[in-house]
Amino acid sequence: MNTFPRRTFLRGALRGAAVGVALPLLNCFLDSNGKAYAATGQRIPLRFGTWVWGCGFIPEKWIPATTGRDYVMPEHLAPLEPYRDQLALFSGFDVKLDGVANKPHITGCLGLRSGIPVPDENVKAPTLDVLIGDAIGNGSRFRSIEVSTSGIQRSYSYRTAGSPNPSEISPLALYQRIFGEGFQDPNSIAFKPDPKYMVHQSVLSAIGDDRQRLMRTVGAEDRHRLDEYFTSIRQLEQQLALQLQPPAPVEGFVMPAAPADVALDSEMDNVLVIHRLMAGLLAKALQCNQTRVFNVLFSDTTSNLRRRGTIDTHHTLTHEEPEDPTLGYQREVAWFAQQSMQAWREFLDELASIPEGDGTLLDNCMVLAHSDCSIAKAHAVEGIPTMVAGGGNRIRTGYHLAGSADPISRIGLTVQQAMGLQVERWGSLSMETNKSITELLV
Amino acid sequence: MRFKSIASGFTRFGWGLLPASCLLLSVGLGGCGDNQSGLSEPAPVGGPALMRRLTESQYRATINDVFGPGISIPARFERGLRVEGLLAIGTSESGMSAFSVEQYDAAALSIADTVLGAEHRDRFLNCATASEGAFDAQCTTQFVQQYGMQLWRRPLTDPEVSSLVNAAHQGFIQLGDYYEGLKYALVGLLVAPDFLLRIERTQAPPEGSGPGQLDAFSRAARLSFFLTNASPDKELLRAAAAGELDTPEGLASQVDRLIASSRFTRAVRAFFEDMLQFDLFADLAKDPVIYPAFNSTLAADAQEQTLRTITDLLIEQNGDYRDLFTTRNAHLTRALGIAYRVPVPTRKGWEVSEFSADSNRAGIQTHIAFLALHSHPGRSSPSLRGKAIREVFLCQEVPPPPPEVNFSVVQDPSDANLPTARDRLELHRTEPSCAGCHRIMDPPGLALENFDGLGTFRTVENGAAIDASGSLDGIDFTNTNGLAQALHDHRETPRCLVEKMYRFAVGRDTVWDERPYMDYLTETFAVHSYSVPQLMRAIALSKNFFAIAPPTGETSHNLAGLSPANGATR
Repeated sequence: MNTFPRRTFLRGALRGAAVGVALPLLNCFLDSNGKAYAATGQRIPLRFGTWVWGCGFIPEKWIPATTGRDYVMPEHLAPLEPYRDQLALFSGFDVKLDGVANKPHITGCLGLRSGIPVPDENVKAPTLDVLIGDAIGNGSRFRSIEVSTSGIQRSYSYRTAGSPNPSEISPLALYQRIFGEGFQDPNSIAFKPDPKYMVHQSVLSAIGDDRQRLMRTVGAEDRHRLDEYFTSIRQLEQQLALQLQPPAPVEGFVMPAAPADVALDSEMDNVLVIHRLMAGLLAKALQCNQTRVFNVLFSDTTSNLRRRGTIDTHHTLTHEEPEDPTLGYQREVAWFAQQSMQAWREFLDELASIPEGDGTLLDNCMVLAHSDCSIAKAHAVEGIPTMVAGGGNRIRTGYHLAGSADPISRIGLTVQQAMGLQVERWGSLSMETNKSITELLV
Repeated sequence: MRFKSIASGFTRFGWGLLPASCLLLSVGLGGCGDNQSGLSEPAPVGGPALMRRLTESQYRATINDVFGPGISIPARFERGLRVEGLLAIGTSESGMSAFSVEQYDAAALSIADTVLGAEHRDRFLNCATASEGAFDAQCTTQFVQQYGMQLWRRPLTDPEVSSLVNAAHQGFIQLGDYYEGLKYALVGLLVAPDFLLRIERTQAPPEGSGPGQLDAFSRAARLSFFLTNASPDKELLRAAAAGELDTPEGLASQVDRLIASSRFTRAVRAFFEDMLQFDLFADLAKDPVIYPAFNSTLAADAQEQTLRTITDLLIEQNGDYRDLFTTRNAHLTRALGIAYRVPVPTRKGWEVSEFSADSNRAGIQTHIAFLALHSHPGRSSPSLRGKAIREVFLCQEVPPPPPEVNFSVVQDPSDANLPTARDRLELHRTEPSCAGCHRIMDPPGLALENFDGLGTFRTVENGAAIDASGSLDGIDFTNTNGLAQALHDHRETPRCLVEKMYRFAVGRDTVWDERPYMDYLTETFAVHSYSVPQLMRAIALSKNFFAIAPPTGETSHNLAGLSPANGATR
């Protein structure tokens, strides 16, 4: 055996050098404004993430009485007061069903994320995080990172129907995936590319060469599935290519310690601990460019959160707890809704705790937070509570906007535009829109 | 190396002649109809050629079969997709995320490290001439061909072989070690779509008419995954290459060999793990204050208990499937003994005994694996249990709750005036928007109310005596033993098993035109005293199992109802 395809060999040897490297985030390279690299004028990348909590909200505890900048934060939003200027609140935006059956807790969540309401989990399009990831995620080690903090293996990030990008549920597993085997400390002095990565990469590349042959052998539906496989192989190849480059130094990056192995349990106090651990790891991963896109599922849409020693979950309570006659709402459900906002605050704390440029990591992240419904008791998909946080001066925040029953796809469309995607129109039927939320765009 | 297309005994006849030809052929042949029962199979309908993802257990079993036990696979597999009630059907629809491929890749590297590491490599490499310092093309080619055939379930083409040999040579050049380089040829085999996906290939029907059929290696794979939950072994691949699977005798001899092998148990376990939705244990949580006995050991033991009960009854004893709903066989560990409140003297491992006649433990539906899985974290759920009995064992679909359902009629579960679940659910059954489904779900579930949210027996709830009477499609009973008998005697019980088993085997939902075939299988099942191995044999020998229908364009599946926690089921 001494005849080898020339192409394969060359690619194996050269591809590493051909693939772009992550942009360095070394502050000494930044210009005097701290917003762009002095040498290239290139800006610090804007990252994107979603943060999802289940079972909606208590409207009177969440929706401010007025719109605009000078609104008063109702009780459940109170923990977010420090982030008032970095937060845009959206109330009154609807998922439009167009006669599609409302699959409780699913149709709203996926309708918001894909712009198309479906009566089941057969999502009709990539969810917006995948669209954004494909546009901005190329130079990072992982195209996106998904985590779920309530011990449940769910994810609402889909490239194709039937295959969500699965969530990490254990902080330790998340740590090992990002900072274990294959992680290169961006600030280590010595860098010696391991030739193993080159060999490994060319093996994957040879698999990719088989794409056309296989695509011809299967039917149209299976072609989509094969295509996803080959896209995944390609992403892995790019991951290996990055291993052959010296990582860009990151000022102030300190390798995180491995988290303790915590019990995976849906009891609220435990979930808050897991969530904080995972948020911290995710922030570190963003800081050193392991990923530019993330999806956090704080609680599932049919929230399995519990209070220790009680017999019902958050979700069951939304349906079975009677309204407190003096309060006018469900007292226990309200507790879960309030805790969820506390967790959201803690998530923002983790992003804001990492200095970057002349601001913080939060200034260079745009995070879309949303639930799956407004009033969980009725599975209402009208007025799903939604927020956008961060973005520095690349988006406009610091206000409450009422949607007046506009399609919620306006938010999804605008978020993509804010991330630099060339998209003018998004969604289908009543959800199809070309109406950006101009208040959000600079 | 291409096998010859050999017209098989049955497809050579026109459809109209099938019944008659079956009668002729059935004398002394197992492949057409059922020679013991005298039943004959209707004309085959078939389905599309599929592309199915290996499940985690299939991946692990295949590596075990090809490289022997003791190869650790440290990957975290993405959870399966459940479609139409089965993960097996989901394997034909799920895609492959970047996360999955990352995990498969890590598994491949680890397997290659073990197989070609200094300690084990002599077992797998049959080359006296190989050494670290020199690239051995002949040895590499032989390695790639041998393991490629086993992993890809077909012979590799010359370009495929040379591409992998090239990978090994590249590795040698870059890494300076023959064995280190060879590892990457194995990684290439293990990450390839040809290994991770079962891509079925067809061949034209003989004489250009009738349903198409799978090629010999695709047939071998269908057989092998169905009967051993893993890739074909060397003997089956040999038989496929020799065209033996195209003759009824050749097929029967392979089917009987696989059913007799110890690996058959694996297949039966895989089916029941899928049918009983044990994948949902991954998300199962119980409140530690309310159910302190629940932990990961108990959860694992509970599943194992039910699976041992099943394989013991169905395989070791070749028993009647319906007896699973009445058996009092008890396979217990000490952890299970605590939850069942039964003394288990054995400190470690398993002990086989029998639940006492007055224990209310008759049938696998009274096992912790069923009762705990279909409950809430802090309490039991007659509705979830009733729904599971309907959907898992009887194939009766319970519609999802209406989204705008009015829950204001449902009272506070902590209301002292409504101490038992029966009291509280009464309100569901009187409110018209709830009643339709709750009348279907609740009565069998209420018969299991003597078991709390973990599965421990109780007689009172909140101080009030539990009334465990109920009914199932016209059969009334007063306690859980009555439910056991009703499930045993239900006419849908065997039919449902047949339908699920067939869907599991072919990885797709059944179609309308297959009703006569389902009737045939159900009758065959009855004739064989509801023996599950005999049912599996009948499926594996049937024409419909391998038949390929032209695509109709109506392949969309309804993915609703993935998780029992979805919706507002109480």
